[in-house]
Amino acid sequence: MLAKRIIPCLDVRDGKVVKGVNFEGIKEVGDPVQCAYEYNLQGADEIVFYDITASHEGRGVILDVVRETAKKVFVPLTVGGGIATVDDIRDTLRAGADKVSVNSQAVKNPQLIKDGADVFGSQCICVGVDAKAISPNKWTVFINGGRIDMHIDLIDWVKKCEQLGAGEICLNSIDTDGVRGGFDIAMLKAVVDAVNIPVIASGGAGKLGDFADAFLKTDCSAALAASLFHFKELTVGQVKDDCRSKGIIVR
Amino acid sequence: MIAIVDYGAGNIFSVKNALDYLGCDSVLTSKKADLENADSIILPGVGAFPAAMKKLDESGLVEVIKQQAVQKPFLGICLGMQLLFEKSFEFEECSGLSLIKGYVDKMTEPDLVIPHMGWNKLEYDRSSPLFDGLGENEYVYFVHSYKAFCDSDALYAHCDYGHSVPAVVGDGRFVFGCQFHPEKSGKIGLKILENFAKM
Repeated sequence: MLAKRIIPCLDVRDGKVVKGVNFEGIKEVGDPVQCAYEYNLQGADEIVFYDITASHEGRGVILDVVRETAKKVFVPLTVGGGIATVDDIRDTLRAGADKVSVNSQAVKNPQLIKDGADVFGSQCICVGVDAKAISPNKWTVFINGGRIDMHIDLIDWVKKCEQLGAGEICLNSIDTDGVRGGFDIAMLKAVVDAVNIPVIASGGAGKLGDFADAFLKTDCSAALAASLFHFKELTVGQVKDDCRSKGIIVR
Repeated sequence: MIAIVDYGAGNIFSVKNALDYLGCDSVLTSKKADLENADSIILPGVGAFPAAMKKLDESGLVEVIKQQAVQKPFLGICLGMQLLFEKSFEFEECSGLSLIKGYVDKMTEPDLVIPHMGWNKLEYDRSSPLFDGLGENEYVYFVHSYKAFCDSDALYAHCDYGHSVPAVVGDGRFVFGCQFHPEKSGKIGLKILENFAKM
């Protein structure tokens, strides 16, 4: 049986892991290569680097991070943040990433999903989606880190991503992100029911049981968290033990 | 020396990284002579079957691969495994390397999430030196939407996803194929690569 995946995400700026993504007062807290290596030892099923480097010139740094990580971490690596063109995708994969995560740029230019999937295969195109409820069971898609409402229906958008060749959806709920009260089960369920590609739950994990909860209440394939693992409140191993004790198959 | 066939397909650096980490001597190459002189050969691959077969053909490597694969250990990974079969129906009917009997087609079980992406458990069908040191409960990383259909005598291990999915195949002699990515399957994958390198 296919195991449910637990995915730690590292926010990286200018080649350093940072706490929080909210601009001013960002604190550099570590070397991403070392952090990825530690997550690997904890049993992470994949590792995501989310690049929040602001300047275009700084963009190459994340590729060095991926290149170094790929020499000593032998689990799939995903890179998101700022990927706008097929060339960006190519450079990222060549550096050693197995997948890219496209978000705002894919909303602005959906052809990016199709072009990326046609050239490199669907398996390496993950579409990151930020969404927020506008009424019960109705959500719209946001871009630029959740700041701009695109007034696109979430369910229409994820179906379109699948048609364009996305291999996976990473669904981040703006409503639950940072609240630490658990994943957005209603939103997650709606998206999992709408598409036939794997869906990663993101945004809201605050305690041990939240991961198992997402797997027991929806058919999502994976669950992602950043700060919870980053602040060492939980290890990937602890999350997996909890899932296992509840009958969920994990590696 | 292990020759990693570089024919413009993906994931070659990951395979090279894994072999470097293990301390196994390897070279990325598209040269016929390198394949002839190597102790063993790895054929990686990510992407679509017809495009990969076309690239292999254009590289002029099809004949040398067929000839070397009956003389020395040969491992196809992911799409590289699928290329070992007689043909595929990905997009269009396309001939493969015909090193193992069988064909490749879409995974079509209803309600199955596709691609088959993530870690799945190896179920062993026969013993192989590739499995030396592996236990009963080992997970490896898969990502694919097409799978092999082959006779049971070519099947070394499978995993359960919908129906059975061939995970490790072979011709009973020198040719092996892994549908999963050993270079992305943590220490279990590294062990399998190390076992291959020792053949």
